[in-house]
Amino acid sequence: MAATQEEIVAGLAEIVNEIAGIPVEDVQLDKSFTDDLDVDSLSMVEVVVAAEERFDVKIPDEDVKNLKTVGDATEYILKHQA
Amino acid sequence: MSKIKPSKGAPYARILGVGGYRPTRIVPNEVILETIDSSDEWIRSRSGIETRHWASDEETVAAMSVEASGKAIADAGISAEQIGAVVVSTVSHFKQTPAVATEIAHKLGTAKAAAFDISAGCAGFGYGLTLAKGMIVEGSAEYVLVIGVERLSDLTDLEDRATAFLFGDGAGAVVVGPSQEPAIGPTVWGSEGDKSETIKQTVPWTDYRTGEVEKFPAITQEGQAVFRWAVFEMAKVAQQALEAAGITSDELDVFIPHQANERIIDSMVKTLKLPETVTVARDVRTTGNTSAASIPLAMERLLATGEAKSGDTALVIGFGAGLVYAATVVTLP
Repeated sequence: MAATQEEIVAGLAEIVNEIAGIPVEDVQLDKSFTDDLDVDSLSMVEVVVAAEERFDVKIPDEDVKNLKTVGDATEYILKHQA
Repeated sequence: MSKIKPSKGAPYARILGVGGYRPTRIVPNEVILETIDSSDEWIRSRSGIETRHWASDEETVAAMSVEASGKAIADAGISAEQIGAVVVSTVSHFKQTPAVATEIAHKLGTAKAAAFDISAGCAGFGYGLTLAKGMIVEGSAEYVLVIGVERLSDLTDLEDRATAFLFGDGAGAVVVGPSQEPAIGPTVWGSEGDKSETIKQTVPWTDYRTGEVEKFPAITQEGQAVFRWAVFEMAKVAQQALEAAGITSDELDVFIPHQANERIIDSMVKTLKLPETVTVARDVRTTGNTSAASIPLAMERLLATGEAKSGDTALVIGFGAGLVYAATVVTLP
């Protein structure tokens, strides 16, 4: 069953917490991965790959650069999840 | 039909000796920061690199190779005349012909050893090792010298903040010879030419010659795409090499990945779930990315510092421009 927006944000929060050590409660829709959550371009790749596995979605390299905020990623996953 | 006598080689092959050469000039991040807008902290956090070596005019591809090879030959306990073939992997020798391997074979004093260059980017060491093993087992050479050598400083765009800090120069060499026991596992290798744009030389030499471009060609890459491929796809290849050799990660002593970037190394270790008992090569910190030279250089350093010892079981994996890759399990010399 497809994940809801809330479930996706919670899942992303867990992933960002594991990869960058950011507290889960800081991961909110309006937060920028780079500017607010200290996720650099390489860690972003790790976040993307973990999200792909968790939400059964493919996020190609060319789309990764458009995922600036948690909201962008959530919307992308909502739209593309299997 | 006339009967052709079959060639007769050794039952198996192993690495008998390793040697390295690092140019005398050590270049700290401060020097890199003279031409790019970045910081020491940024470079270290994105790559782990603190210093790299850059070659002088005298430290040519051939000169560095001869130095590294001399050490490898001494380490193997053989003489140069016993070497039957010299395989050189490089992408930064700027004279297309003849192959630099012939000059190196001559300067080392080999007895007319077969000599040729190969182009397999950062996987070049694994490609050379695989050829060497084949030659020894097939019988066309008793001892083979495999050299990875680069002067990547010549192919670095010092104004490109994504790559200016990455590359270094140096040479690493191994002597491969006969063995009664398997000591080089099956190679898992391949190419993905559909990703040829991911890491590449900016423009062909001919564009520079005709004046079509003013800037000397350099190596450029798509950082995020390379990172994803290197960490996640190459972890699968590394796992396959372990399985092909019949070695579990618990039985592994040492992991020597191509020294591309410490972040890639960290993520590979995590993805492969390597136990903490495995010694991981992190030569990139003080050597930078030396492409084909990085694995033998890292191997030499681990053995020299005592972090690894002769007889240890090591997983080596190279990956880079092509894209190409090669992974195998070896017994350290």
